[in-house]
Amino acid sequence: MIRFDNVGKRYAGAREALAGVSFHLEAGEMAFLTGHSGAGKSTLLKLIAMLERASYGQVFFNGQNITRIGKRRIPYLRREIGIIFQNYKLLNDRTVFDNVALPLVIAGFSYQEIRRRVRAALDKVGLLDKEKRYPVMLSGGEQQRVGVARAVVNKPPLLLADEPTGNLDPALSEEMMHLFEQFNQVGVTVLIASHDLDLISRMNHRVFTLGQGRMIADQRPVTVS
Amino acid sequence: MRGVERFASARRDRHGDGAPRRQEKRRPAARGSLKGKGAAYVAGHMQALLHSLGRMAQRPLSSAMTVAVIGIALALPTGLHVILQNLQGVSAGWENTAQMSLFLKQDVPQEAAERLRARLEGMTEIAEVVHISPQQALDEFRTTSGFGTALDSLQENPLPTVLVVQPRLEFNDPRLLQSLRERMQALPEVDMAQLDMEWIERLFAIMEIGRRGVLILGVLLSLAVLLIVGNTIRLAIQNRREEIEVQKLIGATDAFIRRPFLYNGFWHGLFGAMTAWLLVSISMALLNGPVSRLSLLYDSSRTLSGLGIAASLSLLLAGILLGLVGAWVAVGRNLREIEPG
Repeated sequence: MIRFDNVGKRYAGAREALAGVSFHLEAGEMAFLTGHSGAGKSTLLKLIAMLERASYGQVFFNGQNITRIGKRRIPYLRREIGIIFQNYKLLNDRTVFDNVALPLVIAGFSYQEIRRRVRAALDKVGLLDKEKRYPVMLSGGEQQRVGVARAVVNKPPLLLADEPTGNLDPALSEEMMHLFEQFNQVGVTVLIASHDLDLISRMNHRVFTLGQGRMIADQRPVTVS
Repeated sequence: MRGVERFASARRDRHGDGAPRRQEKRRPAARGSLKGKGAAYVAGHMQALLHSLGRMAQRPLSSAMTVAVIGIALALPTGLHVILQNLQGVSAGWENTAQMSLFLKQDVPQEAAERLRARLEGMTEIAEVVHISPQQALDEFRTTSGFGTALDSLQENPLPTVLVVQPRLEFNDPRLLQSLRERMQALPEVDMAQLDMEWIERLFAIMEIGRRGVLILGVLLSLAVLLIVGNTIRLAIQNRREEIEVQKLIGATDAFIRRPFLYNGFWHGLFGAMTAWLLVSISMALLNGPVSRLSLLYDSSRTLSGLGIAASLSLLLAGILLGLVGAWVAVGRNLREIEPG
């Protein structure tokens, strides 16, 4: 699903944010990306979503080299990726329903289809009864679940999450992680950037560890036979 | 969890052949029927159209002020155009009265003058020739000038015989009239042929300046409208920066993001043009009273003609076009700067 081949990213006038990173996340896998702040987690996610371009090396998505794809194709690439943000990035002047519907509106679905899918996604994150509320009327955990619903409503094959539990308490964090596991179980590839090592260690998934822009560890999950 | 199962089954439904979904090449454009896509596309445009109207309604005061500024900017050249149009109508009436006076030599007898009159009236270029004898001229002068007693003291009539030539309408062209005048001047009986047209030519020259002026004013004020709309759209984009970022993050194309702003420009242009139309119509109604009173003094019953249907439609179209172009320029410049990340 995602393959990095000796990828580096240099920002102008700064040290390398990523240096010679290579890894391969298979389709259907679920993995965590950890490391101290500034280790390059966000940069790595940005390279996948084409929010940044690599300074060198190759990035593959779904077998396709996206390192140098044209600007016009980026929106269509992003529709294949559901992204979840630490600060939710919801539109506060729109209802929960409209927020979740946005990817479908952008992709040009009919209204009936939009309603069906938004309901299914909201039902999935347990917020079906709050579709008419505005984001500010919801708790942080609920807002994050709206963000998740928006990320999955388009049924993308890949979910990226950047510190999705950063603003949540431990119980809500664990609940959020289990939600991701459920998506993974129905075939969605999931990559979560998080520094919540305690929570990660309790879940049995692949863990990439970045340190100063380099991939310093790639721990496979323990297989139970 | 029941929701998960439903979600999962919805996913599986799409891959009914049982093939593992991860190997499927997903093509967003292939989703849904083509008819449904087309309807959704139209619905999307309609939604953006109404949504941008709703956004204007959310800030009625600032929207109204912007629309009013656009309206006034458009009303100025439109109003001047209408006034020029009316002046042209008036002068077209005068143009038909272009006539030529032939002052005959003193030694030409009245009988010869009458023969010349008949001969000239036979010419194709000429509609009518009126023969005014010196006596007639003197009588007329006496009654209209008020110098009656002074004239009585004259020994003999100093006035020449005059033939007033009225050219046919189809020869009512400055160049043709000029050549006709030259031919008349060449006649042996004629002392002087005078074309009463110079003042009309001057009027036309003045009106040409007016027309040019309206054109320049129109271009400048159109530019002003472009800038007003552009600035309004730029502010709207800045206000919705966050929203645009989020839209880009979840795969909105530039066309999708551009759409509501273009419609915003469309509405501003349309409402501005409608305001201009109203302003011009009201002004014309206010001017109509004094104008018809003035024309009554000139023994005419002229009234101002306002904006016709064609001119009104052109005004609306121009407004919409300026709104769209202004928005397009602003959107092109400002959307590029907003990139998530």
